[in-house]
Amino acid sequence: MNAQPQRRKERIDRGIKARAETIYALSSLEELAYLLGPRLLFIVGFLALPLILAPWPYWHRVALSVCVLGLVSVSFDFLANQVGLVSLGGAFFFGVGGYTAALLNTAWGLPPVLAIGLATVVGAGICAVLIAPCLPLRGIYFAIVTLMYPLLMTRIIEAADILGGTEGFRGITGFSSVWTEAYGLILGLLVGVFGLRRYLAEDAGLVIRAVKENDQSVRASGISVAGVRFKALYLAGLLGCFAGAYYVHMYRSVGISAFALDLSILPIAATVIGGGGTLVGPVIGSLILVPLSEVLRDFGSLRIVVYSLVLAGFVVFRSEGILVFATRKYQQFERWVEV
Amino acid sequence: MDIVIYGFIQSVALLLMAFGFSLVYGVSRLPNFAHGALYVLTGFVAWAFVNRAGWPYPLAVVGALAVAGLAGLLLYQFVLKRIRGMEMSEVIASYAIGLAILEGLRWWGFRGGTHALPTVSDGVAFLFDVPVDHQRLLVVGVGAALLVGIWAYTRFSKAGLALRAIAQDERAAMMLGIDSDRTGMLAVALGSALAGLAAVVIFPLGSIVIEEGYKVLIYALAVCVVGGLGSWVGTVLASFLLGFAQYVTVAYGKPHYQMVVMLLAIVVTLVVRPSGLFGRQKSLEERV
Repeated sequence: MNAQPQRRKERIDRGIKARAETIYALSSLEELAYLLGPRLLFIVGFLALPLILAPWPYWHRVALSVCVLGLVSVSFDFLANQVGLVSLGGAFFFGVGGYTAALLNTAWGLPPVLAIGLATVVGAGICAVLIAPCLPLRGIYFAIVTLMYPLLMTRIIEAADILGGTEGFRGITGFSSVWTEAYGLILGLLVGVFGLRRYLAEDAGLVIRAVKENDQSVRASGISVAGVRFKALYLAGLLGCFAGAYYVHMYRSVGISAFALDLSILPIAATVIGGGGTLVGPVIGSLILVPLSEVLRDFGSLRIVVYSLVLAGFVVFRSEGILVFATRKYQQFERWVEV
Repeated sequence: MDIVIYGFIQSVALLLMAFGFSLVYGVSRLPNFAHGALYVLTGFVAWAFVNRAGWPYPLAVVGALAVAGLAGLLLYQFVLKRIRGMEMSEVIASYAIGLAILEGLRWWGFRGGTHALPTVSDGVAFLFDVPVDHQRLLVVGVGAALLVGIWAYTRFSKAGLALRAIAQDERAAMMLGIDSDRTGMLAVALGSALAGLAAVVIFPLGSIVIEEGYKVLIYALAVCVVGGLGSWVGTVLASFLLGFAQYVTVAYGKPHYQMVVMLLAIVVTLVVRPSGLFGRQKSLEERV
């Protein structure tokens, strides 16, 4: 017999969490603050970011990169953890959006706002249609095939010398002011994240999660799995293409680096670190990763080493991610009990 | 005649690059995305043994292969073992480790085309009036030896039989006392050593560059996907199909399209027939 009494950790919801769950959330300011606090912190934090960083133009730019990467990460997280399609080709959405915006702007002379809007809607359509044949694939098969898409685009652009070849496009119109640039992007990010969360809370979200958990039962209910996946792919494409189009107008040029591997692996790292399946977690992950990678910029490829090791470490040892961990601490308390 | 001979050599080279990946996936269903990184790592380790430590070449090759095997073993013990069975975590973690190895080597100063391994001999032989240098003959020789070796190993040695048993039916094999973890470790170590073997025979044909690591991973994926993930016969046949396809593209088209052919092969195969040309149809696993 084991002399030592066996113990286990018990997790219990905090009282305030239980109270804040239903209509009683309206009963007092405390409950309201408990519910709204984290959300407001996130929204106000992002809205205030350009104001706080205004004296340092460099870090202001970095903050915008955080938003761009955040959008791509949210799109990865949505596909991987809600729909169950792990796409290793986030760069494909980004690149298609970027190139579409660049074409619209240089060939038709559309102003940035229209070019970005149109590139988001049309680009996502292009991505969804191109990836549609792979939609029935599962797990590792879908991952491999999507990893190949951006690589294939790079090689085709290089080999066939289309779309500006290795040079890409230059002289794309920029934004009229720093503030429109910053707030357009931040609004896009907030609308994207909270819009997707809202959507997932509706009935449509229920079906999407069911596709991930048990696609056969969805099929048995007479709902087309491929149709649901196509819609989800289009939604994820919207976020990715918006990020790409916006980035192109921020930097006024686009090249085959828009399809670079970096843009596929960084969002995954951000999602794993931030907490998969939460949609907000990936944004927090990129809030950590992008500045880290900027600090390490002087060390060249060492920064890739650092973030891939961080990624591997998180996958192996802390696969729940920061936000899931924080949410648990916020909502529950733990204590040791004897078995 | 050119096409037949050089296409054949190209195919055997592809087979060497892909076989380690196929072995690991076939035995333990582990997609080792660090495969390309291990390939380049072995090349640089061999280079360092020869040029920095001053070892004789054969000893350096053996040392480098040992390092590759050890790297695979550590990769399994410390990373893959903990996330076994979670496919996506396996892909992401092994890919991240591979990326770290490759970019770490780049940071360490291994860049540009200045690193090369010596060839065994600079002589040229004539096969049906086509000049073929000795190193390419060695590639074919090693490829053939590898096939025979693996065939004999998996049929006549106890460890090899255990590998096949786990690949065929993991649960039954475990009931008969075969340790799934140890077999997995052995498979990853062996697969990494095979990547290393490919590196030491193929690198002398050119110079050792980091980008080769990404390329080899894609080649290995292409061969394994076209042949059917986990099917060893498929791997051999697919490497001949793709090897000739590659050689024909280079000979009659632009060399730029070489990669496009491989990538398209992956995408088209997965869309049309995910279990590959020669794989068993297991549609519930891979499709909805």
